[in-house]
Amino acid sequence: MLRPLSLWLALISHLPALQVVLPLAAAPVCALWRRGAGAWALATTVCWLAFGIAVLLLRQVQAIGTLSYAMGGWAAPWGIEYRIDALNAFMLLLVTGIGAVVITFARQAAVERRVRLPVEKHAWFYATYLLCLTGLLGITITGDAFNLFVFLEISSLSSYALISVGRDRRALTAAYQYLIMGTIGATFILIGIGYLYVLTGTLNMEDLARRLPAVTPTRTAHAAFAFLTVGIGLKLALFPLHLWLPNAYAYGPSVVTAFFAATATKVSVYVLLRIFFTLFGAAFSFGTMQLDWVLLPLALAGIVSASLVAIFQNNVKRMLAYSSVAQIGYMLLGISLVSVTGLTAAIVHLFNHALMKGALFLALGCVSFRIGSAKLEDMAGLGRTMPWTMGAFTLGGLSLIGVPLTAGFISKWYLLLGILQRGWWPVAVLVLLTSLLALIYIWRVVEAAYFRPLPDGRAPPQEAPLFLLVPTWTLALANLYFGIDTSFSVGVARQAAELLLPGTAS
Amino acid sequence: MSIVGHYNYWIVAVLMMTGFYIVIASNNLIKRLVGLSVFQTSVFLLYISMGKIGGGTAPIVAAGVKHYSNPLPHVLILTAIVVGIATLALGLALVVRIHETYGTIEEDEIHAQDEEEAL
Repeated sequence: MLRPLSLWLALISHLPALQVVLPLAAAPVCALWRRGAGAWALATTVCWLAFGIAVLLLRQVQAIGTLSYAMGGWAAPWGIEYRIDALNAFMLLLVTGIGAVVITFARQAAVERRVRLPVEKHAWFYATYLLCLTGLLGITITGDAFNLFVFLEISSLSSYALISVGRDRRALTAAYQYLIMGTIGATFILIGIGYLYVLTGTLNMEDLARRLPAVTPTRTAHAAFAFLTVGIGLKLALFPLHLWLPNAYAYGPSVVTAFFAATATKVSVYVLLRIFFTLFGAAFSFGTMQLDWVLLPLALAGIVSASLVAIFQNNVKRMLAYSSVAQIGYMLLGISLVSVTGLTAAIVHLFNHALMKGALFLALGCVSFRIGSAKLEDMAGLGRTMPWTMGAFTLGGLSLIGVPLTAGFISKWYLLLGILQRGWWPVAVLVLLTSLLALIYIWRVVEAAYFRPLPDGRAPPQEAPLFLLVPTWTLALANLYFGIDTSFSVGVARQAAELLLPGTAS
Repeated sequence: MSIVGHYNYWIVAVLMMTGFYIVIASNNLIKRLVGLSVFQTSVFLLYISMGKIGGGTAPIVAAGVKHYSNPLPHVLILTAIVVGIATLALGLALVVRIHETYGTIEEDEIHAQDEEEAL
């Protein structure tokens, strides 16, 4: 009787390691598979297991507070520590959840039409997907600054490879561009971490946070701060460093785009929060260095310009990619408020935006599965022939605009609350106006799908098969659920925001 | 604390800016990867320089040795070198594929082909 119990307890205590090791170990096994179907089944199982682990971890964190796991039994400042608090437990849940839903969608039949790979190499696609997931989870869970860089590169390298297999040949140049800009960003982060190491002699984030305040007046600390800001800005597509994003999202396979749009930039936002709030501390980042006055104008410029550009796109995937740049602006706007409400808004929007963009891109994946294109003119009349797909798209679109009863409304609501607390009503007006811009570009798709006739001379496309519709609708319905019951998403986000801003009353 | 005494950091700065300039200014996809590699290598030198102590030797306990260099930056950079090689390999693989599909590795010619296709 005792044995299974003790085994279970041992497993529970090693959950933080398993969270990363499981997908990492499964990736080469996937690559060895000769047929894509088997690799897909394994990858899907592993992703859902990782989701289960993330759920258990979040429950543990909520029950007993921050978890610390010493990798390989080496104690914290020397060994690599995995440190899980409310913020990254929430992020792990988001990344594994989206990862699991998207891989369920990415069955071989769905992948083979959108990916330029011979059938015998499909298994590699799933292996790379798992590696990318490993990298994103590693960035989120680690408490070691250099380990963060290594995981950042694991996720980045696999994402360049995943983008490059898109059907369109421009996917290759998009991946190349992403590789150049991503590597410059990662190298800037490496330089920043190096300066911090020179100053403090430690790489452990907890230890760094303790030692940094004594050395922050130095010029080296300021240089580290600048390098980290630009490096992370490149990674999270901060306007005007977002140039890699639209092409990478537009020409990558739909599955990959859905996964990245919902997770990759979000994890970079998490890195920004971790470094500027936990490591440097809000007092230095926003008091001394006044990062908020860098972020605020760039966030606003990004929101306005990317929303405007999105309106004029004819490729719907590209349109949503520009919309992603704008949405990242909303998150940065929340961060630049430097208040618990603002941070709550940013973290909630991070979560909700993953749900809406996931649903939108998966719905587009259904469309391109049937008609082989994501161009606006090709989507005419689809509302009648593919009602479920376009229904999911419309639901995701409403959430993106921020209509009440959808998740998007909740994030806009908290964002506006935070802005009005600071008394910046012109910014509040701007947020409302830019929501109207979102209405315009989503409306263009809805108008084409529901109010235009099917183009002549082509057999009307069928509704997407059930195995694609189920994951799409899972995310679409999540938008409704988290728009009505906000106790979980807002609750954890507020808990995380209070952790990031200790000692401030909300 | 003289300028000459910190010559390794000057080399780092010069290499870093050289690499960065090649990445930005070059039109040839291979040359840009070369620039990227130079840029990354400068950061390796930066890390290795910070581990060095004047008169310090390798961190192996031996009689008569008082100063040891810090081995940790070297270990970190071993990892970063592996990352750099993987990046370069992936970048070159992409350039090979680009050359197969476009027949050129000059960025302006690729751009012109894409524009033509869009019309």
